[in-house]
Amino acid sequence: MPPGTPAPALAEIPALELRGIDKRFGSVHANRAVNLSVARGSVHGLIGENGAGKSTLMNIVYGFHRADAGEVLVNGHATNLHAPHDAIAAGIGMVHQHFMLVENFTVLENVILGVEGGALLAAGLARARTELAQLARDYALEVPLDETVADLPVGLQQRIEILKALYRRADILVLDEPTAVLTPQEADALFAMLRRLRDEGKSVILVTHKLREIMAVTDRVTVMRQGAVVANLATVETSPRELAEKMVGRPVLLRVEKAPAQPREPLLSVRALEVRDRFGVARVKQASFDVCAGEIVGVAGVSGNGQSELLETLAGIRAPTSGAILLGGRDLIAERLDPRARRKLGLAHVPEDRLRMGVVASFSAEDNVILGYQDRPSYRRGALLHHRAIRAECEKMMAEHDVRPPSPRLRITAFSGGNQQKLVLAREIESAPEVLLVGQPTRGVDIGAIEFIHRRLIALRDAGKALLVVSVELEEILALADRILVMHAGEIIGEVPRAEATEERLGLMMAGVKREADA
Amino acid sequence: MTAAGKLPRWAEFALLPLINLVVAFVLAGGIVRLLGENPWQALRLLVAGAAGSQDAIGYTLYYATNFIFTGLAVAIAYHAGMFNIGAEGQAYIGGLGMGLAALWLGDASRWVVVPLAILAGAGFGAAWAFVPAWLQARRGSHIVITTIMFNFIASALMTYLLVNVLIKPGQQSPETREFGAHAFMPAMHAVLAKVGLTFAPTPFNFAFVLSLIAALLVWIFVWHTRWGYAFRVTGQNPAAAVYAGIAPPRIIIGSMLLSGALAGGLGLNELLGAQHRLIIDFPGGAGFVGIAVSLMGRNHPVGIVAAALLFGALYQGGSQLAFDLPKINRDMVVVIQGLVILFCGAMENLLRAPLTRAWARFARTAPAE
Repeated sequence: MPPGTPAPALAEIPALELRGIDKRFGSVHANRAVNLSVARGSVHGLIGENGAGKSTLMNIVYGFHRADAGEVLVNGHATNLHAPHDAIAAGIGMVHQHFMLVENFTVLENVILGVEGGALLAAGLARARTELAQLARDYALEVPLDETVADLPVGLQQRIEILKALYRRADILVLDEPTAVLTPQEADALFAMLRRLRDEGKSVILVTHKLREIMAVTDRVTVMRQGAVVANLATVETSPRELAEKMVGRPVLLRVEKAPAQPREPLLSVRALEVRDRFGVARVKQASFDVCAGEIVGVAGVSGNGQSELLETLAGIRAPTSGAILLGGRDLIAERLDPRARRKLGLAHVPEDRLRMGVVASFSAEDNVILGYQDRPSYRRGALLHHRAIRAECEKMMAEHDVRPPSPRLRITAFSGGNQQKLVLAREIESAPEVLLVGQPTRGVDIGAIEFIHRRLIALRDAGKALLVVSVELEEILALADRILVMHAGEIIGEVPRAEATEERLGLMMAGVKREADA
Repeated sequence: MTAAGKLPRWAEFALLPLINLVVAFVLAGGIVRLLGENPWQALRLLVAGAAGSQDAIGYTLYYATNFIFTGLAVAIAYHAGMFNIGAEGQAYIGGLGMGLAALWLGDASRWVVVPLAILAGAGFGAAWAFVPAWLQARRGSHIVITTIMFNFIASALMTYLLVNVLIKPGQQSPETREFGAHAFMPAMHAVLAKVGLTFAPTPFNFAFVLSLIAALLVWIFVWHTRWGYAFRVTGQNPAAAVYAGIAPPRIIIGSMLLSGALAGGLGLNELLGAQHRLIIDFPGGAGFVGIAVSLMGRNHPVGIVAAALLFGALYQGGSQLAFDLPKINRDMVVVIQGLVILFCGAMENLLRAPLTRAWARFARTAPAE
């Protein structure tokens, strides 16, 4: 029995228990009488759609928010959590989705940040070094202590966050969407690490919206919907289908059925496209590919490997340093066509980050459906905008694309992520494009809407259009694409037909391992 | 999700500015008290001075006209994301163009002189705004810095021109000769007399009507044309503008040109309407007040007209106050105006949070929820 294992009597008491947690933000009821019990030495999954209240709950646990009602018990003792340092003192550590690391500090400096232990750093650093060596041995969490964080891969940076929490003597670790930035292999390594921590007696809370992760690593799972806990299950006794149903509140299809693609002539051709950022770093290196009528080409890759730049360059938002983009016999680069001109040629674009680029957050839904199409004659009456025609068009889009509530005058941010995305998709599809570029089709979109959006994209393919889909969700690429391009460090490292694609093979390519030579 | 932190429109556009105004007046009243005057008497004098007689109303509307033009100028740039601090200089140089046209055209027909003077005023104002706009759009020089600097350049240039070049020969004060009578904006008391109404003679003139027309045109432009739409998209989310195929540099330049042209409208009231000659420092700070007017009016023409009337009243009532109460001088009036600007413009968010919380609490307990 390793040292530090709690006495059997203590093991009966949950490491963390939430009783009747209630929280409102204005009129939004973010948490409704939530009860949650995390056993010592277990990995506990917390799953729910965006806006289900997972983040609010975890922010209460970490002391960012205070609950309106209810209590938090750590090891059976009621604990007041006013600020994150209270949570740290109670042994709760948090690994945020966006790492809280100082990029140009070394690993060691990052670990002791905030717990330097004195005015002079030397003593603290020396103490930390020995202690971290011990931790690394106990949990097999090796990290190069003297490297600068910016030079390390994301998987290692995440490991530093975990070490930071352990160094602060955390017994309860909360991980918020930890796999968003990882390749499948890195995610598997993370899960192995979590299992090890569990075996050493730590308690882990894994917050995620991915069913696969819940099934892969957790012991128990709590499902939240609309601020309330709807199920608390042992992972071995449940299935992805049951979890999805509980998350959404109705039966869902996890994968949309589709017929094999019938690709025809290429509609969009990219030749030797090279994109550099303003520092002169190559973001897209010599990309060449075609997208044909009647097929969906998926671009897979870990976030930040040039997919975004590729998409923006195709859409005309970013200028390439060299190369050609051919559409309908015209070279979009040589003619320096802007996004508006490209739309007129039948190239529509659903951007990756809709709130940053795809919509104007302060505008109503109807003002957003003309974004990019504000010059269209049917939206005008003389020099003026034809507000009534615009509203009618918006209502039509909302009806056909199941946007709820169907209120054109409502501010776009009052819609859920899924409904915003459906409206953006509607706007671009209704422009009857020949080629549709889609970035992260279902980012921040609830499961119910995912099914709908996938259906729409496949229907567009079956209507003979060419689609290019960029997604960091491998499952999505596998569900949609007929042909998969994998990007790594700006390079299209390989192309795989859907039939030959497996998560393992794509994962290796995403990590930069080139495809075995074609025999 | 967004229900939190939102006020209903009536509270946003009427209640909050009103509360801010009351707070500003309470503080100003405290200062008046410290100076040893009775705040109530001061308030009565202020109101009477601004609206107590035909004279007072005439002057209030005359000042308000200036603020409507400069407020609209600030607002239209603001919708495109440009914070134009240079309305003062643009109005000044716009006035130069207007004055030159009026002087040059001499006694030509009214239907020639006035339109050309308006065009010249707008054109010169726009030209003065173009340089900072171009620098912002193409070189990334911050519009706030460059427009402030251009105010100083405008001021120095105009002083030079009026003292050395345009001055009427044989006089001491730096001003041009009087424009031909055809260039004058009709005085409102004269206009009203024609329809049988009597109104006290004041500098209040037809430019007020033109400023309201300008407000209407700005409203149509911003909310009912695709160019205004492009302005608003760029102002709210430049990345979305690029995505939509709108080129932000062109919007930056276009919005600043319109802004400068509107600022040039100030000359209609001040030069063609009141002074009938080009004089030194005729904008008198109206370009800066326009910033407060635009902020307080939520950059909406209706709000701008309302805020301009308030500031016109403060100007006119304030000078009356300084005249009537010995312990309150002109500077004290500026302090009061400053407090109003502070609370209604710069610090309007100070009371927004408590009001929003109060509203959320009220909305929750209300049975309608």
